[in-house]
Amino acid sequence: MSAPNTRSVSLSDLRFGYDKEMPTVLHGLSLDIPPGTITAVLGPNGAGKTTLLRIILGLLAPQAGSISIDGKPQQSYSRQQMSRLIGLVPQSEYVPFDFSVLEFVLLGRAPYLSPLAMPSEADRQIARDALCSIGLEHLQDRPTPSLSGGERQLAMVARALAQKPRILLLDEPTSHLDLGNRDRILGVLRAQARNGVTVIFTTHDPNLVAVTADYVVLMRQGALVAAGALAATLTAENLSATYGIEVQVIRWDGHLFVVSDQIGRESG
Amino acid sequence: MSAVKVERGRGLDVGSWRLEVGGATPRAGWLARHPFVGLTALLLLVLGLSLFVGRYPQPYWMPPTLLQENELARQLVFNLRLPRILTAVLLGMALAGAGAVMQMIFRNPLVEPGFLGVSQGAGFGAALAIIRLGNAPLVVAASAAFFAFLGLVLSYLLARNLRYGGWVLRLVLAGIAVSALFSSGVGLLKYVADPLKQLPEITFWLLGGLWSVTWGEFIYVALVVIPALGVVWLMRWRLNLLSLSDETAFSLGVSAGRERALLLGVSVAATAAVVAVAGIVGWIGLIVPHLARRALGTDAQHSLPASILIGGIFALVCDDLARTLYVGEIPLGILTSLIGAVLFAAMMMSNPQRSRR
Repeated sequence: MSAPNTRSVSLSDLRFGYDKEMPTVLHGLSLDIPPGTITAVLGPNGAGKTTLLRIILGLLAPQAGSISIDGKPQQSYSRQQMSRLIGLVPQSEYVPFDFSVLEFVLLGRAPYLSPLAMPSEADRQIARDALCSIGLEHLQDRPTPSLSGGERQLAMVARALAQKPRILLLDEPTSHLDLGNRDRILGVLRAQARNGVTVIFTTHDPNLVAVTADYVVLMRQGALVAAGALAATLTAENLSATYGIEVQVIRWDGHLFVVSDQIGRESG
Repeated sequence: MSAVKVERGRGLDVGSWRLEVGGATPRAGWLARHPFVGLTALLLLVLGLSLFVGRYPQPYWMPPTLLQENELARQLVFNLRLPRILTAVLLGMALAGAGAVMQMIFRNPLVEPGFLGVSQGAGFGAALAIIRLGNAPLVVAASAAFFAFLGLVLSYLLARNLRYGGWVLRLVLAGIAVSALFSSGVGLLKYVADPLKQLPEITFWLLGGLWSVTWGEFIYVALVVIPALGVVWLMRWRLNLLSLSDETAFSLGVSAGRERALLLGVSVAATAAVVAVAGIVGWIGLIVPHLARRALGTDAQHSLPASILIGGIFALVCDDLARTLYVGEIPLGILTSLIGAVLFAAMMMSNPQRSRR
């Protein structure tokens, strides 16, 4: 057991189901995530990864079990405190109106503004800085709906950065990104982690996990397959159990590469 | 208003003035950097001119000097024209402001303020009062207001019990169903109405107009509309957040349900107050928010006040035309629909900001 100040997010024995008739999404998930680390939640589609993020965010309440953030129970924080603590980058977002990219990113300042306040020049500067850090400043006057899927995903990351959270949740952050933008996001996530932000992201791409994460959580059908430090957890055995197919992990030049046995066999 | 032309998304051409906010070009003048001063000045100008527009003593224009010479002219201007002009401004502001709020809350740019059963409910209430409750102006207005709120309550209750889709979709569907219910009721009442006395009255009411407005009606409308618009104006930046998905709004610390309910409540109250006095005046609540967003950008911090101001100007100009163009009165709803539809088509055919970049 680690001391409270070394755990940023701590989940114990979480259980969750959307409906009585539907199968349980999470059963008995326990997990401690240290601050300033990058944790990848890896699992096949429908494993309950997004549900887990929503529970950490507080949007969904678990049916049993408890969550503590920075050593205190999640319920002890007010909505505003939570929104300053945790930022979310959803997988995709429908924007019905022509907000400019800067206006869109500026919405991330909401946790610091009272319901009747308008964003100040300082807020605007923070939003512009967030856009710069993600390399999107040249698009700041473009209408958000006109962006490509990847650019919109970057804009959502910038909005979450403008929120200046201590814990950053990202749902499939690289799903619409090309190789260059993917690396840019990964660079931003590493920089955030170096500054003490706890980064938790979901993905179904094991190779992304291999190059990014410090910790990895493997999930299959709402249950924890394995969790822990990258090298010890991202093993052929665990991945095979997660995906239900034979998987090989190759170590080359200090990096891990994951290949499904099907591909390995064809090329070999 | 026909001179309004949109350029580069953030500029508004009114005649020869070029209005811009935010990233204004260095060449842009003082007015361009203060679009709200320009819009307010335009509103006050139209307001002042409207006092002298009408069909007394001769069609179209009354010389201002007549105010000093003629007691009848003074009476006419201060007891008939002024309350009507001010009510027209409030009507436009309320409908356009409520329309802007509802389009953002429902994340749907095709929503208009009366759609949650409010307009059709008011129409039914008015028709019922004209046929069954003696047709006194105050009774008609009270009955219209009552049924407008009943329409909202029914829509809300129905939406709660629908088993389909998310909350926003359920409200939209419930609004459509309740509106259809009331409009069939209106149809029935029109069918049984006395075709010589009651039917023209109902038809006229349903087309909307401000001919019966006195200081009493103005005060009643102002007491509801001004506080409602005040709340909406204070929360104008917050409105942006309510147009995001529930998940994102939640992560930004917004209590989306509570804040949406508050803004929806005040918007419907303003709409119902206006509809009860003026009848069903269409298109202002639908088109003006589009116009404002095109002119000043989507951010409700600017587009909401612009919506309110443009709505006031638009309704006032339409009402001036309604009482001036023709010997009798042209129903206001006909003019707002006519001018609104033409403006809407012109705006949609002009270059969208997107394709210019």
